[in-house]
Amino acid sequence: MRRVSTEPVSQKTLFDSVDDVMTRLTDVGYLPSTAVATTVFLADRLGKPLLVEGPAGVGKTELARAVADATGSGLVRLQCYEGIDEARALYEWNHAKQLLRITASQGESWDDTRDDVFSEEFLLPRPLLTAIRRTDPTVLLVDETDKADVEVEGLLLEVLGDFQVTVPEWGTITANQRPFTLLTSNATRELSEALKRRCLFLHLDFPDPDLERRIVLTRVPQLPEALAEELVRIVGVLRGIQLRKAPSVSETIDWGRTLLALGLDTLDDDTVRSTLGVVLKHQADAQKAVAELRLN
Amino acid sequence: MTPVVHGGLPAHLVDFVGALRRAGIAVGPGESVDAAAVVAELDLLQREQVREGLAAAMLRRSGQRAVFDALFDLWFPLGQGAALGEVALPYAEDGSVDVEALRDLLAGLLRDGDTAAMAELARAIVDGLGAVGRGQGQGGQGQGQGGGGGDRGQGGGGRPSTWSAYQALNAVRPETLLARVLADLRGGADADWDSPFAEEVSRRQVRDRISSFRRMVTDEARRRGAEIRGREAAARTGVPKQGDRVDFLTANSEQLADLRRRVAPLARHLASRLAARRRRARRGPIDLRRTLRRSMSTGGVPMRPAFRRPRPGRPELVLFCDVSGSVAGFSHFTMMLVQALREQFSRIRIFCFVDGCVEVTDLFGPNADLGGVMAEITARPGLIAFDGHSDYGSALGRFREGWPDVVGPRTSLLLLGDARTNYRDPNLTVLGELADQARHVHWLNPEPQAQWGTGDSAARSYGQVVPMHECRTAAQLAGVVSGLLPV
Repeated sequence: MRRVSTEPVSQKTLFDSVDDVMTRLTDVGYLPSTAVATTVFLADRLGKPLLVEGPAGVGKTELARAVADATGSGLVRLQCYEGIDEARALYEWNHAKQLLRITASQGESWDDTRDDVFSEEFLLPRPLLTAIRRTDPTVLLVDETDKADVEVEGLLLEVLGDFQVTVPEWGTITANQRPFTLLTSNATRELSEALKRRCLFLHLDFPDPDLERRIVLTRVPQLPEALAEELVRIVGVLRGIQLRKAPSVSETIDWGRTLLALGLDTLDDDTVRSTLGVVLKHQADAQKAVAELRLN
Repeated sequence: MTPVVHGGLPAHLVDFVGALRRAGIAVGPGESVDAAAVVAELDLLQREQVREGLAAAMLRRSGQRAVFDALFDLWFPLGQGAALGEVALPYAEDGSVDVEALRDLLAGLLRDGDTAAMAELARAIVDGLGAVGRGQGQGGQGQGQGGGGGDRGQGGGGRPSTWSAYQALNAVRPETLLARVLADLRGGADADWDSPFAEEVSRRQVRDRISSFRRMVTDEARRRGAEIRGREAAARTGVPKQGDRVDFLTANSEQLADLRRRVAPLARHLASRLAARRRRARRGPIDLRRTLRRSMSTGGVPMRPAFRRPRPGRPELVLFCDVSGSVAGFSHFTMMLVQALREQFSRIRIFCFVDGCVEVTDLFGPNADLGGVMAEITARPGLIAFDGHSDYGSALGRFREGWPDVVGPRTSLLLLGDARTNYRDPNLTVLGELADQARHVHWLNPEPQAQWGTGDSAARSYGQVVPMHECRTAAQLAGVVSGLLPV
């Protein structure tokens, strides 16, 4: 059997201050709001996972990537989906390989075989275990947590609470450094109270116009500033209309890229009408916007 | 003045937690400890950081943010007294506030969308125009004052009894600036817009700014009022309700928009609840792939066969909605729920009734606009059979006669209405038959449970035949949905 590491989870902080978070995230091309910078700083300082909730396309996943880039950490990503289980999230024994090993070991004693079959070589680590065993600074991203079943939440509770994993054949593995953990959710399902309690909560909403304009300009640097401002203005108005899917930051950026690719530098009615499909993905939404904004 | 809590910051934090709990946000001791840890890490002079940090530690869902912000402003106020910034009110020569100059100033800010300056102006406006109960007109310019208002930086002839956002806004009337700001934006009163689209975009943008300015003034008046009345009193009356606790019947338009956002995911939950079969009720055929995979651990001998999981059922949903006058407020919610459900279920039939009954499934197409739908429903012939007063018994009877094969063993039937049947025969037999035939029947009633069975309500009798749920707020709807069998 393996030795069980009993070292306490140590934590080297990644950021010095909220302003430090601001500048370093900005340097890697992610412009954080005060809310984002503050919660990222706190999640790092308090060593708690950060649960980010909000509409699609406001940069939840991107935030994890930016934190990893800014701190030079490795990003380990667990994509949740309906029906994900321990074998996909934590670890799995490579049964086929184990069988081969057993058949190949004619004449070996049972103890040797057993110890060997449950060794590192036959373990298939999945994201959660990978993140816990890494010795380098790590950002663990649990994406779309709300898609996973309730059972997986129980698993996450154990892992995120103490940052340790129990492999029956080995004992308990404790992280020798706490990964910076970020969970995202689209709120299609209420996550359990127990999971929420272990996390800091950040509701990431559409940014204010000024921030959004700067985000668009960072992402699409060739875009003329006046055009970016106009884009953000129209998208802001579109968000005020009751639509099935309000346009998100990623849609604004896409729109900017589209205009650039088409070589357009002004937003007149024709341009808006012909490129509205980039921002509004539902036909019904587009029709409604055209009618309400008197585009026809 | 706000009393200082003894015990320093920890006690103040606990006090704040208490206020959040009274407002219906469940903040446990664990969250309080987190909040304290947050405060220890942050620079307390950075108010916005403290706000975001506390929100991160104490809140658990996004709908709580408005309540939190309002209470945060009361417990961690921007300052005491006027707390004026750089934007000052223009005064006329006689010492009163020059409203015209003020409106010019505001119009400029609205045009440029300068949020920070607008917030400062809102504070100044409440200070200069919002005081109730002290000498108006003179604007508090250098009057002799008693000991009472000595702590106020500027102005203050005697302490006002309260601060009124209504009075301040009435003097400024920001909404009447819309046309003027728009004229400014298009470059003069004579200039024309490039297109109707450009005009519409600008109009909506300015309108948004005006309403956000009104909100700033209201918030500021609440803050100043809290200094006089005490924040406990201000927290009781001035803090908005959480979205999911708003009564459907009394919701205003902003809350309705919020409700619509909440109802859509609930409909999805409801759909999956009704679709789910009881787990392990039936074992399917053997799943070969999973069985072989499992047999690996037993050396290739399939000891534990894995069965294919039963496919999720395709539920049929039949909605039976009261659209009579007595549930007019509720029917808006009904329509939202129906629309949301329409997107989730492939096989859905929608019926509306007053004393007659009509099928309106075709009106809820994917592109339906809720505003027009209601008018079209009421215009349908057959909806009103006799006198236009709701008659559940007759409507159920007509439903049974007109569409006898709609409710079958795979159908979930959802009834929405207050069960007030104007003292007519409730026709329990038909409902009983329907309940026997359908897989599930649930009744959502928008009336408080205490009123069921009073007056002409047949809710108690119906409630004995089918399960009836009180459903007045989004929170209650969520409760109903999560309580539905099978899990």
